[in-house]
Amino acid sequence: MKIVVLVKHTFVLEPGSTISTNGKSFEKQTLVYEMNEWDRYALEEAIKVKERKSAEVIVVSVGKDCDDTLRRCLALGADRAIKIPYDSVDSWQIAEAIYMSIKSERLDLVLAGFQSQDLNNGLVGPILAGMLRLPYVIAAISIEFEGEEVKVRRELEGGFQEEVRLPLPCLLTVQTGINQPRYASVRNILRAKAKEINESPIIPKSSTVEIEKIYLPAVKKAKRIEGSAEEVSSKLIALLKERGLL
Amino acid sequence: MEIFTIAEHRKGELNPVSFELLNLSNLIKGDGKSNAIVIGNNARVFAEQLAKYADKVLAIEDEALENYSPELYSNVILQVLKGDKPTLVLIGNTTSGIELAACLAVKLNSPVQSDVVNAEISDGISISKYICQGKVMVDMKLRNSEFYVLLVRQGVFKNGPEIRGNFEVISIKSSTVPRRKFIKLIEPESGEVDISKEDILITVGRGLKDSSNMVIIEELAKLLGGVVAGTRPTIDYGWLPKDRQVGTSGKTVTPKLYLGIGISGASQHVMGMKDSELIIAINKDPTAPIFEVAEYGIIGDIFDIVPKVIDKLRQIKR
Repeated sequence: MKIVVLVKHTFVLEPGSTISTNGKSFEKQTLVYEMNEWDRYALEEAIKVKERKSAEVIVVSVGKDCDDTLRRCLALGADRAIKIPYDSVDSWQIAEAIYMSIKSERLDLVLAGFQSQDLNNGLVGPILAGMLRLPYVIAAISIEFEGEEVKVRRELEGGFQEEVRLPLPCLLTVQTGINQPRYASVRNILRAKAKEINESPIIPKSSTVEIEKIYLPAVKKAKRIEGSAEEVSSKLIALLKERGLL
Repeated sequence: MEIFTIAEHRKGELNPVSFELLNLSNLIKGDGKSNAIVIGNNARVFAEQLAKYADKVLAIEDEALENYSPELYSNVILQVLKGDKPTLVLIGNTTSGIELAACLAVKLNSPVQSDVVNAEISDGISISKYICQGKVMVDMKLRNSEFYVLLVRQGVFKNGPEIRGNFEVISIKSSTVPRRKFIKLIEPESGEVDISKEDILITVGRGLKDSSNMVIIEELAKLLGGVVAGTRPTIDYGWLPKDRQVGTSGKTVTPKLYLGIGISGASQHVMGMKDSELIIAINKDPTAPIFEVAEYGIIGDIFDIVPKVIDKLRQIKR
């Protein structure tokens, strides 16, 4: 079985993160980067399959600086890593780049996280499924293999879920909580350093979006309760009394 | 611009986002029309309700369309999306909506964006959306195209005028057999406590750090006469059962008191609690989006503050 896992090297905002003077991007050096949380669950699903039956797990990432995340995946059990060194905020371009790099692979399953923790679009997976003409499910919360098919529970809103069945090959994006992602051992982290990351120099077509402005949402509304821990707890209790809640 | 909204329904009820899409459509349509599409085995039952807010409703029916299927639904939508261009398709930002939007966008070769909170038509389409789990906003312009697909956040365009259009019921046989097959719908789990009916909710987030810290939260809830609820990660980590989850994938709550502890306020959580009567949040990060919906905010360490609150409550109860 050949499994492709899409992974993203995502940024995280820190208290000191700032927006560039052009107002269209962040100052890169003020951001912290890490493997997208949702993708950790996607990779774990792939590794679980690999442990049960034999499988080759290929991780693919789009971005000029995604090496750390790819190495982490190799340390966690991925067999091969493909890096597409192109930075984009457009789900279309990212899906297209991945499509170009994996379309000739005879794959059985594509796994991805439900969304990225930085841009929260959740579109690369299902767009890629459309390009590859694969059946797909997003926001999977359980995956069971039944021969040449998978039975998948997907998350709806309001606590509802839906069970569907689809044939392999297919594409699934997974929600957090589907499994418990493992940690890499120090030995495997060291080993992964020696593994090769294959660069796939693909330049996708022009972007379907142009960022005009990035900004913080309107003024914070909350009234501050200030003071020492002692003081704020007294003020909090006074407030609850005043509102008839105590 | 011609606008088509795609209604969503489950168990005989329209998802409210179906009307919100029409409200947005009516705001921005200019000389164009607001068209609603509703698909199902018996889609006509929704047509009249939708027609209050649409110029025209198309109820597309066929036995094979009884259960949502991104393959079948996109197929029939494509068959009716012929006509004036450019065309904007609006879909609710739900998990089914995202599946459908991506599928349509690929087939229409159109730009697509999710979680949109505002859209404008002027020489193409400009949108606003949140990124970074609600911490940051982005304005962007979509590449000019014959078609555009936007996924609109639920709960944003709640009110709009009735325009009383008409509806038409049509039958379309999809030409494809879906590869993905519906098996069953699974109802929400119900535990002993229904958090959507509680007056006082002490809600915890990732900031609690470890399940062992849950005892102090339970103590606090007991002293305040409330129950403990949580964000998605606290359920994923197994700190709380699934029926205690607040948010779009869990429950929508409107208690008299929502006390949020160590919650940053990811969009999907905020949508499930923003209409609570009194929202108080304690978090050490002053930029946490929870402070945008909270009436009162305490910026500080929950491990310093919560034990102090517990001490004082114990003294009162004595």
